[in-house]
Amino acid sequence: MKEKVIEVENLVKRFGHFTANDRLSFDVYEGEIFGFLGANGAGKTTAIRILSGLSSPTSGKVKVAGFDAGTQAEMIKRNIGYMCQKFSLYEDLTVRENIALYGGIYGLSRSEITERTAQLLDRLRFREYENKLISDLPLGLKQKLSFAVAVLHEPRIVFLDEPTGGVDPITRRQFWEMIYETAERGITIFVTTHYMDEAEYCDRISIMNDGRIVALDTPSNLKKQYNVSSVEEVFIKIARPGVG
Amino acid sequence: MKRFLGFVKKEFRHIFRDYRTLFILFGIPVAEILIFGYAISMDIKNAGVAILDLSHDEVTEKLSGKILSSGFFKKSADLLSYDEIDQVLKKGKTKAVIVFEEGFGKRLIREGKASLSIIADGSEPNTATLVTNYTTAIVNDFNIEIAGSALNNALKIVPEVRMFYNPELKSYSMFVPGVITLILILVSALMTSVTITREKEFGTMEVLLVSPLKPVQIILGKVTPYFILSFINVLVILAMSWLVFGLPVKGSIILLLAESMLYILMSLSLGILISTVSSTMQQAIFISLVGLMLPTILLSGFIFPIENMPKVYDYLSLIMPPRYFITIIKGIMIKGTGLLYIWKETFVLILMTTVFIGISVRKFKVRLE
Repeated sequence: MKEKVIEVENLVKRFGHFTANDRLSFDVYEGEIFGFLGANGAGKTTAIRILSGLSSPTSGKVKVAGFDAGTQAEMIKRNIGYMCQKFSLYEDLTVRENIALYGGIYGLSRSEITERTAQLLDRLRFREYENKLISDLPLGLKQKLSFAVAVLHEPRIVFLDEPTGGVDPITRRQFWEMIYETAERGITIFVTTHYMDEAEYCDRISIMNDGRIVALDTPSNLKKQYNVSSVEEVFIKIARPGVG
Repeated sequence: MKRFLGFVKKEFRHIFRDYRTLFILFGIPVAEILIFGYAISMDIKNAGVAILDLSHDEVTEKLSGKILSSGFFKKSADLLSYDEIDQVLKKGKTKAVIVFEEGFGKRLIREGKASLSIIADGSEPNTATLVTNYTTAIVNDFNIEIAGSALNNALKIVPEVRMFYNPELKSYSMFVPGVITLILILVSALMTSVTITREKEFGTMEVLLVSPLKPVQIILGKVTPYFILSFINVLVILAMSWLVFGLPVKGSIILLLAESMLYILMSLSLGILISTVSSTMQQAIFISLVGLMLPTILLSGFIFPIENMPKVYDYLSLIMPPRYFITIIKGIMIKGTGLLYIWKETFVLILMTTVFIGISVRKFKVRLE
């Protein structure tokens, strides 16, 4: 069995009387594409903030890349990549400058930055854009670059928070190809999304409702279990019982 | 450290690529110095005065000649009757009308007393006050002259008015300290709060927080360029005031620069504080402009002397950081005072800086939760 890169046991996060995460338990394995689904307000964002070292759990055991989220947040930050739903590159810097900036922030040496920038530009076929400002790029390209930058420092895990919001279907397809390539290199992908067709691409998915994980399995097992033909129907049955 | 420097470099790029930021940083200070120095002059020179002489005798001719040759006034019109006063003031060129009553000279000799009215255009209160003050002074001077010639042996008292600190009563020596105070708080606090909220608004702040950069590094990285640029601004303004207006720094320039750094630091920490309470750039701009710029202009003693304010405003101005810096900078630049006389103000600024940084750090942590 592959190594666990994320171990969560009985994670609880409370804000005053409100319980945002209620006894979450799950493991994510190396190189896995793990889909983290749930309606808005189900507690996904809170969980991601804890896993990425931005916030500490009220109780429970959370280990990311082998480090404890309560006490070793700084070590976690060095070993993860992050791409959020808002677009996260600097519009007034060029492609090359953005890459160098994030490379520097993650402590890459100058030669590493030069080398990886070249690789990245070739892989994305971005050579013609290298000295263009980000604001001059179309959204699809920005999104791809954003992802490439998030894994520039070869993190063990990359968190993608609704990475494909507002992108056309073709770009979304290309984006998922990049995700697959990255997972094959051994980088674990932890992704949240609202697109149920994307959920089908994941190795395993968890569905959250009211702060709890109510389902966790491979997409095909879940469909079998609920006796439906798509993840979307599973989601509707679980997350909005009244509607389904 | 390398991470930090890379981050600072990026911040400089943001500034130098945005012409608007550059303009606010350097264009506005230069423009303000020139505007305050030249256009909004508090001195009067060649102000239009109309004369309504109902007496036309030797004394009135002499006195009006004296007034008009003083260099402060120039004659804009000769009036024939009271009816014309309103009309000529409304035209705007005439700032005041000087009226000699009928039989002015005769009365003065016979009764030892004659009256002269100065009717000024009150719609420009500043100019009106200045014009009436100047005219009164000239008339008093004239009184003494004729008193002297009439009573040959009487003691002649010639009052000599001397102005300390600003002997020529040049208003720009008052404005330069004011402009430095205003510009620094505006540039430092406004720019910092905007640049930090911009990262929040664009979502890049989240990415930075998830990165191995520590929050302290992020904040320092964002304010360092503004600290350097604000300091350059001080040097530019001081050089300009010296080159253009010939206003030297009387006291220690080292002390002045050190105090400026303290004030910049205070403004930057205020900017950080503003950024922690506002979530959009608009909010940050609004708070900075309404909360800082207006009070700085109105309550710091920059334009309106604090001594003349109602007590309430006086107390209110005690919480305005610019008030203290204006005292400090005026002291050093114009009076040449040393630290001995301004240590209290300096201490207040240090205290404020500490408090602002303290609150910001707390707020920043709370937000992370």
